[in-house]
Amino acid sequence: MSIQLIVFLPLLAAIVAGFGNRIIGNVPAKLVTTGALFISCALSWPIFLSFVSGNAVEQVVPVLTWVQSGDLDFSWALRVDTLTAVMLVVVTTVSALVHLYSWGYMDEDPDQPRFFAYLSLFTFAMLMLVTADNLVQMFFGWEGVGLASYLLIGFWFKKPTANAAAIKAFVVNRVGDLGFMLGIFGTFLVFGTVSIPEILEAAPGMAGSTITFAGMRWDTMTILCLLLFIGAMGKSAQLGLHTWLPDAMEGPTPVSALIHAATMVTAGVFMVCRLSPMFETSEVALAVVTIVGACTAIFAATVGLVQNDIKRVIAYSTCSQLGYMFFAAGVGAYGPAMFHLFTHAFFKALLFLGAGSVIHAMHHEQDMRYYGGLRKQIPLTFWAMMAGTLAITGVGILGVFGFAGFYSKDMIIESAFASGTATGQFAFFIGVLAALLTSFYSWRLMFLTFWGTPRWIQSEHIQHSVHKTPEEAGEDQTGGYHPHESPPSMLIPLGLLSIGAVFAGFLYYYPFTGAVEGAAFWGDSIAFNVGLMEAAREVPLWVKLASTVAMLTGLGVAFLMYFRGQDRPARLAATFEPLYKFFFNKWYFDELYDLIFVRPAFWFGWIFWKRGDEGTIDRFGPNGVAGLVATGSGVAKRFQSGFLYTYALVMLLGLAAAATWIIVRGAGA
Amino acid sequence: MNQLDFPILSLMMGLPMLAAIICLFLNAQAARLLALATTLALFVLGVVLWINYDIGGPQWQYVERAELFGNFAWALGIDGISMMLIMLTVFLMPICIGASWEAIQERVGEYMSAFLFMEVLMIGVFAAQDLFLFYILFEAGLIPMYLIIGIWGGANRIYASYKFFLYTLLGSVVMLIAMLWMVQEAGTSDIPTLLNYDFDPAAQTWLWLAFFASFAVKMPMWPVHTWLPDAHVQAPTAGSVILAGVLLKMGGYGFLRFSIPMFPEASEQFIWLIFVLSMVAVVYTSLVALVQQDMKKLIAYSSVAHMAIVTLGLFAFNRQGIEGAIIVMLSHGLVSGALFLCVGVIYDRLHTREISRYGGLSINMPKYALLFMLFTMASVGLPGTSGFVGEFLSLVGLYKVNSWVTLVATTGIILGAGYMLYLYRRVAFGELVHEDVKAMPDLSKREMALLAPIAAAVMWMGVYPESFLAPIRGDVGTLVARIDRAAPEGDAHLKMGSAEAVTEQKLSSADGESH
Repeated sequence: MSIQLIVFLPLLAAIVAGFGNRIIGNVPAKLVTTGALFISCALSWPIFLSFVSGNAVEQVVPVLTWVQSGDLDFSWALRVDTLTAVMLVVVTTVSALVHLYSWGYMDEDPDQPRFFAYLSLFTFAMLMLVTADNLVQMFFGWEGVGLASYLLIGFWFKKPTANAAAIKAFVVNRVGDLGFMLGIFGTFLVFGTVSIPEILEAAPGMAGSTITFAGMRWDTMTILCLLLFIGAMGKSAQLGLHTWLPDAMEGPTPVSALIHAATMVTAGVFMVCRLSPMFETSEVALAVVTIVGACTAIFAATVGLVQNDIKRVIAYSTCSQLGYMFFAAGVGAYGPAMFHLFTHAFFKALLFLGAGSVIHAMHHEQDMRYYGGLRKQIPLTFWAMMAGTLAITGVGILGVFGFAGFYSKDMIIESAFASGTATGQFAFFIGVLAALLTSFYSWRLMFLTFWGTPRWIQSEHIQHSVHKTPEEAGEDQTGGYHPHESPPSMLIPLGLLSIGAVFAGFLYYYPFTGAVEGAAFWGDSIAFNVGLMEAAREVPLWVKLASTVAMLTGLGVAFLMYFRGQDRPARLAATFEPLYKFFFNKWYFDELYDLIFVRPAFWFGWIFWKRGDEGTIDRFGPNGVAGLVATGSGVAKRFQSGFLYTYALVMLLGLAAAATWIIVRGAGA
Repeated sequence: MNQLDFPILSLMMGLPMLAAIICLFLNAQAARLLALATTLALFVLGVVLWINYDIGGPQWQYVERAELFGNFAWALGIDGISMMLIMLTVFLMPICIGASWEAIQERVGEYMSAFLFMEVLMIGVFAAQDLFLFYILFEAGLIPMYLIIGIWGGANRIYASYKFFLYTLLGSVVMLIAMLWMVQEAGTSDIPTLLNYDFDPAAQTWLWLAFFASFAVKMPMWPVHTWLPDAHVQAPTAGSVILAGVLLKMGGYGFLRFSIPMFPEASEQFIWLIFVLSMVAVVYTSLVALVQQDMKKLIAYSSVAHMAIVTLGLFAFNRQGIEGAIIVMLSHGLVSGALFLCVGVIYDRLHTREISRYGGLSINMPKYALLFMLFTMASVGLPGTSGFVGEFLSLVGLYKVNSWVTLVATTGIILGAGYMLYLYRRVAFGELVHEDVKAMPDLSKREMALLAPIAAAVMWMGVYPESFLAPIRGDVGTLVARIDRAAPEGDAHLKMGSAEAVTEQKLSSADGESH
């Protein structure tokens, strides 16, 4: 029973808050949604812990028939196994905390019930996704979270940039969904079912078979996996389909934490892990997953180096960390991929909510160039951000203790090395390099925000607040502004997530990735590779130390550039200006897509309409006929004075009469 | 006679006919009330029809037959497919009357009469079991629609009604000739008999093309679609609703009832034509929709793209494709009808359909914004709404036949999201800049009562489509069995890799259940 409550309570709460807020009022609407999420969360942890302790059994709870069309038959059902249980705690925990956090963060917003209703709706869709027992229900959740994401990015719908970002997110995701849908079609064609367990069971038997898709001959499992993976790339913002994620930061910060860091964007990783026995049947597909993941990890990290908006830095960081998860899955390390998903959810939500707390304190300023010296002003936020930074950069001492990322990220890097394949080696080197960059941009964020001298008065937001210009403020760059620490509703989630960021890795390292413990924990829910996990623990010492060295290097460089020499970044940017610009402009993906997709779409639309419909079809079709009539006999005038009604009637009656006559004659003859 | 022991289908045609005549002599308010009462009564009769429909029973139910003269008979009867389309009609009709309640102030009696007459014809088209009865009702449907556009339409209504008339009539003439030939050949005009008559494949080609000329226009398929945007733009709101909701379904119904089962070999022969035109339609009209500045035109173009999914599903020759196509027809009837109502709501307030005149409606019309969002999402095929189920099934079926075509058709989900969300953004999001837009009130109770039932139906069909699939299952099975001999081979050519099973597995596009 509890799984139904976990999934449907948020839906119920969303309906109550969304439709009933005029009757019950704002505060009850917020209470209902937040309460529902805390209940869901409280019910989820026992399920997860029972899987950790090995006392749980997989179950599938049927809900309702959905579609039966011949041999295509799928239902609404809730599947609970280890993989789902992990996602349940991630989703409900972060969601509950984000609901709580929003009480403080959205306090001044006039539209709060709508916001909370959307958040709960999102959670429902995400839970439907992770409990799916068939591909179509997964697609339902997939699109449902897309809808919620669209609505929440565009929550401040008066802002043109927010609206544009919302549409971009939905449409780019639809590009991925095109692949997902074709993947489902193909899977049904090949296996005759969309039930995930049945597909996974039959998948090995199809290895080596070939099929025609779009006129080309393919290895069956490769093409199916690649099509499905396109869907994963869209949702998880992988290179090529990543462009929507940074723009999605237009949404309120709690949304960024919940949807665009901890949960929704990890759906792609979840999908690959859920279907891992299927991906295992195609080396090519796995190689593609590895390469795409690795390239995303390094691409996003390079862009993150030079962004000034605090949320965008974290957004690119998310993109990069998702890349890690994908290449982990690509090398067959599904356990570590899910482990990183798990720890990342805590520390990335923490970083986003921490950034939100900073933004809250800095009067909605998001540009880090106008921060500085905030360590003393908002100490609790600072310590929370510190915990998040230590976790993401992977600080820890081998064999003693480490923060969350130390266990999960290092395990991924070691698994990549241990996989022994060429793509695995590639991913290993990229992973280490990206770890260096991760450390650099994370510490850059910390130094710019919390250390140094205040540069607040240069911010327009602060100027509005204190009614001063930078000139009036003179030497004192604070402008007399006093950043305030956030209210408890925001600090409590930060505190709880900090606990997760500090201990999640240490506590669950073995259940998720241990060779023996992992196999017991995961059961059949993913294609857990015992041999790889053993090999990953026996890599040479330099491999184990590589990521720590990379982390320290990144920290050191960031320290030299942003702590010691304040003008060094500018000098460096000037020296490598083309490269800096290339990174700063996000490798020009947006400009490129605009040029090759968006503009041509409008251009073709216009041409088809004016030249096609009006200039050709109408001109030679109806208008041509009308012209003939007009020049021939001049009846067009009478046409237009209302004669046509009579004409129509006569014409039809005539036809009817003719038909009748023929029939009667036919019968008589 | 039938399970109810009285001629319910004749009643469902006679009642509105009678009301249509009486309406001509009533004053405005009385005509409105009579029309509403009649259409509601028909909806109740429709529900009676559905409740008493025997799923798994005989193919043709509620059959009634009266010989008239020659071999021309008043023959009515429905199968599950007809019943669902009749349900769509009787469901949308009261909503149309309600939508015209305040918008139509001139010649109200005649207007209501035209709508009621239209209802007679639409029910008749779906219930007719005699070829000529079908033809007369099918073509006569033009007249009331033509009058509705021509009398109560917008500024350029004459051009639109002329174009509408010209297009649809041209196709129908050739269809009539083909029907005459068929009756001569088969010796009967009884549709159930003709459904099992095997015409010579050579003759089928010509017959198919003749029917195609009529149905392709009604559908409408590219490139004979250009009457639709003009007709919609000029038609009053309720006219658009019924045009998009029911009249467009007649083309699909025609393919389903006549072209495919009566000429299976020819249908197979012309698959390429259907596929090419439909693929062009999906991409072409979606892109055209993207650049429209008139709301009704945008939705009209989107209708063409959606109808292309119907033709693709139908000509997949398998169960998923055909069931999907039928669900798309039902869903599109609801969703596009609702979208036209949404346009009508704000048109009634500001008297313009120009998208750029609006903006920020979420602020002063939140209820409207919510429902408009729901229908937008249903239009782009979000899972959980009716739009998804039909689209998904059609494309699954199509994929079994041709992956290339499916790839192109599925791009519709990207383009559809593009033009619909772009529309929604310009209408409902942004700041309220215009003073007159700011003064627009939210949905009235009457408008709410029109849109809410459609919203409920859209969700119902999305979450539990079984209610709608169950009645048509047997009939689609019959159809698939009938056309199985002509079903095209899929292009997948799955070949097993392992040594012991190198036999090529031929993927017949027809699924197991139909054999």
